Amino acid sequence: MKISEIRDLLDAKVKAGEELLDHEVASACCSDMMSDVLAYVKDQGVLITGLVNPQVIRTANMMDMVCVVFARSKTPTEEMIELAKESDIAVMCTAKRAFEASGILYMAGLSRNIED
Amino acid sequence: MSEILKFHFDIDGSDFSSAGAASVMVKKKLRQLSYDPEIIRKVSIAMYEGEINMVIHANGGTADVEIHDEEIIIILSDNGPGIADVELAMQEGYSTARDSIRNLGFGAGMGFPNMKKYTDHLQVDTALGVGTTVTMKVKL
Repeated sequence: MKISEIRDLLDAKVKAGEELLDHEVASACCSDMMSDVLAYVKDQGVLITGLVNPQVIRTANMMDMVCVVFARSKTPTEEMIELAKESDIAVMCTAKRAFEASGILYMAGLSRNIED
Repeated sequence: MSEILKFHFDIDGSDFSSAGAASVMVKKKLRQLSYDPEIIRKVSIAMYEGEINMVIHANGGTADVEIHDEEIIIILSDNGPGIADVELAMQEGYSTARDSIRNLGFGAGMGFPNMKKYTDHLQVDTALGVGTTVTMKVKL
């Protein structure tokens, strides 16, 4: 799935990484606990979260993720947007809740052909 | 490459929002030096966890990264309270972090287990009231 499709499916607003919209991603994870993301995530390109602080972007960077989706209209700070740009991470905001956003992306095929 | 590359960072413990900045920089450097992505991933995640730990528990400290021919060594030193029971701290899910830290997305008790998971060698030297030095090695 292209990052642009995620934007369309979630009716999301892109805050950083317009140039990354053609990038393909195969899987996603949804968490507010960055410790868990660091512990359990592997090869997942998208992070869906309701947590807003610079550590979200740094954690995504550490895990080689390419897209962060902020759920429930949470808005990243300028500092976070700058960090994301430096790290080549697309950032978008959706009004949908994290559970709903995850469900929509899952039904559209994200993360469904990945074997654990 | 026979020369050892060294990087030194002072980790500011007063500002949680800047925690992890040194690890991001190390990751960038390793990418510029064209190391294997899996190696970069291991080094940067382990260092990031350690850096966050230093900010949460020890009011910051120093981070030194040495790139040798056969391994990358990460040394994190602080003058914090020390760790009373290292074995317990190594257990998944054990954490002494405050709720305010959990609200920031950390403190799930995965720091040390993760550092162990992503490195080939992890040594913790600690003394109560004196501080902690964590040495991690990742083989190249």
